[in-house]
Amino acid sequence: MLSPTFLSQLRKLLPDHCVLYAREDLVPFESDGLSAYRNTPDVVVLPENEAQVAAVLRLCHANRVAVVARGAGTGLAAGALPVDGAVLLVLAKLNRIKAIDPLARTAVVEPGVRNLAISEAAAPHHLYYAPDPSSQIACSIGGNVAENSGGVHCLKYGLTVHNILKLRAWTIDGQLLEIGSDALDSPGYDLLALMTGSEGMLAVITEVTVKLLPRPERAQVVLAAFGDVAQAGAAVGNIIAAGVIPAGLEMMDCLAIQAAEAFVHAGYPLDCEALLLCEVDGVNEEVSDDILTVHDVLAASGATEIHTAESEEQRLKFWAGRKAAFPAVGRLAPDYYCMDGTIPRAQLPHVLKRIGEMSAEYGLAVANVFHAGDGNLHPLILFDANMPGELEKAETFGGKILELCVEAGGTITGEHGVGLEKIRQMCTQFAPPELARFHDVKAAFDPDTLLNPGKAVPELHRCAEWGAMHVHGGQLAHPELPRF
Amino acid sequence: MLTEFVDRIRSAHAANTPLVIQGGGSKDFYGNAHEGEVLNTRALTGVVDYQPKELVLTAQAGTPLAEIEALLAEHEQMLAFEPPHFGGNQFPLAGEGANDALRAPKATASPPLPNPLPQAGEGANDALRAPKAINATLGGCIAAGLSGPRRPYAGAARDFVLGVRIIDGTGQPLRFGGQVIKNVAGYDVSRLMVGALGTLGLITEVSLKVLPQPARETTLQFELDEAAAIEKMNQWAGQPLPLSATSWHAGLLTVRLSGAASAVHAAQVRLGGEPLHDASAFWQRLRDQTTPFFDKRPLHPEGHKWRLAVKPTTPPLKLGDALWIEWGGAVRWLASDLPAAMLREAAGQAGGHATLFRGKAPADGAFAPLAPALATLHRALKQRFDPRGILNRGRLYPDF
Repeated sequence: MLSPTFLSQLRKLLPDHCVLYAREDLVPFESDGLSAYRNTPDVVVLPENEAQVAAVLRLCHANRVAVVARGAGTGLAAGALPVDGAVLLVLAKLNRIKAIDPLARTAVVEPGVRNLAISEAAAPHHLYYAPDPSSQIACSIGGNVAENSGGVHCLKYGLTVHNILKLRAWTIDGQLLEIGSDALDSPGYDLLALMTGSEGMLAVITEVTVKLLPRPERAQVVLAAFGDVAQAGAAVGNIIAAGVIPAGLEMMDCLAIQAAEAFVHAGYPLDCEALLLCEVDGVNEEVSDDILTVHDVLAASGATEIHTAESEEQRLKFWAGRKAAFPAVGRLAPDYYCMDGTIPRAQLPHVLKRIGEMSAEYGLAVANVFHAGDGNLHPLILFDANMPGELEKAETFGGKILELCVEAGGTITGEHGVGLEKIRQMCTQFAPPELARFHDVKAAFDPDTLLNPGKAVPELHRCAEWGAMHVHGGQLAHPELPRF
Repeated sequence: MLTEFVDRIRSAHAANTPLVIQGGGSKDFYGNAHEGEVLNTRALTGVVDYQPKELVLTAQAGTPLAEIEALLAEHEQMLAFEPPHFGGNQFPLAGEGANDALRAPKATASPPLPNPLPQAGEGANDALRAPKAINATLGGCIAAGLSGPRRPYAGAARDFVLGVRIIDGTGQPLRFGGQVIKNVAGYDVSRLMVGALGTLGLITEVSLKVLPQPARETTLQFELDEAAAIEKMNQWAGQPLPLSATSWHAGLLTVRLSGAASAVHAAQVRLGGEPLHDASAFWQRLRDQTTPFFDKRPLHPEGHKWRLAVKPTTPPLKLGDALWIEWGGAVRWLASDLPAAMLREAAGQAGGHATLFRGKAPADGAFAPLAPALATLHRALKQRFDPRGILNRGRLYPDF
């Protein structure tokens, strides 16, 4: 609980409309995109400029009050879940595009600018910002940096960390950090990489300089159906072995295909076990060559049907099915829980088989959507939160899937981040010495652990406690949290 | 083998003995003066795992880059950041002592690790006969974090690092990242090691993303003055052209195109210019700095080679004619004896920073001094990874 004195000091730093503390104003901020985790914030501040951000941080630091930074709130790992006794610092009002330099191919933007808005602003110069998380209409660039967001084009164009040049960020004690440069590198340690994906634990970002790329001259997509998931997985490796780096390479399993087709009528074949969408982009001539190569490789890999989009309209339609996969699966059950593991692609048949077995074990259906090019798997566990125990069962099942990804040589999160959601599985992925070093990194920036406390990196003693819980099984993951 | 290194660092930590980490010694010139017992990584050699279809290669730190590149080439793949090897064919010059290069700096003799130097008959003497035996290693490549001509178009060394194993300054082995392309679990400590010059830990193993080799490469040359060349490099980078390297020196803009044969041909028709026939040698000499411009001998009249990293559109800096531009305008190499402060000011004004790349470093060090808030963070990170400051002390910044 925050003291009245602190709150009154906070209100002096910002205009009245920038500080929310009435119960009805706080409710919209009680969760991010992972709404199973909710906690009403004590106070929400929405600064309108950088000076206000710095002032809020200094006040919180002086009073040892924790700060949780939040962008658009579309995160899927409860990274922006409010913490008791903390200030929720919402950066959505810092939403100006400050400059676009078409010749240098950069944009300087505030953290609350939406991902897609950058590409829209750059479009007149035939440039765009490459990372395209599926929430790009709504998600903000500050959150993208905090999570190192990806999208469907990562294999060719990289993640957020590959597409930013410079940050302005503030430490909890209100010092400005200018990280990176307008050149392609900067002296000293790569703090730009360290900040990217740091989940609001190290510093608060107030400005991002992003790279812009020339729009590809042409994009073309090929759709292929397979009677067997392992064959589809092998086809992905064969495309890459043929020397093609597709702009997007997506796989869906049977349940995901049927849900998507029923929802948007994308023209997907329904009598198959797996579907691949392979997009190539670039110079016109290169696209023509690559499409022929991809077609031949898919045929040789045992595809039962292959369709090259005949028009831009059909290309968009093929993609519409994939992009609507989550809401489409959402129609199959009252709730779904989206996982985010990454595995070496060769492990795909094994991992999908195990997920299938566990699905039967837990009695919960799973649809699989897969960024096949970069091994990022999104199993969607279907459940009904109104059925007693189903949410907990879905969470336990999800945790098991992530542990399976680690066993297969992968990771518990490819692009959504750890947040609070996957904090237990961090104990599976990392040994105590690595976790200790993560805490050291945090301490170098934030020695009093005031920024987003309790997220992303588990306390070592908590790992031991959770280990014990594993033995007993079936217990609630986070008993301190209210459940809906 | 790893335990020998762990033990060595543990003892050095206990005794507060500074260690100088060294692989092939090809980049001994880089960074600030540093001294201590040499800890050579060449015994940590070999490719641990390579799955061409996964686009991932994992190798021990002492593995020669040349060996890795040869293996990748067998599968028509490559390290897309085109790392410089240095050393190689410019070095050693006759009579300059290849053996010294293996051991430098000579300051302190060290008790050798088991086989830290090549075995009799396969190493030191061969090195004299075949300079390529002294070769850049993967560990040195990642610790230095340097990239070659393809960097602005394909990405830097740090962009391709997926995971590392290190031994920190207390002798603790640690593993960060992994062997998958997308991974956001935990802070990105793997990339933190890239360019840290071994000051945060001894890199023992690296996993990298690799890419297919382009089917075709063509290099074109254009006679242009400096300002026009900078403008062209930036304009072309904003268009969908298969650029993969750019260079300007002495009135000549050189541009490499890479990709599908059809795409390279179409771009060539569009851009014009004169094809360069011994192009791969041109780019390799630029990458490894074996052209006379980069002559490393310190007694050369213009022995100081400065690397000014700037915003790529920065107009001509007018800091002298001994100039080589790379990376689409983002790097300006200067052979210059102008005061460090003046060059640093110019690079800073241009949105970047200046590094004394070869020659005698100025008093504040080879790398541009950090702003106070960043310097504090650097010292705090160093303190956590290497509390006694025994790893490559002073090499990155003189004060740690």
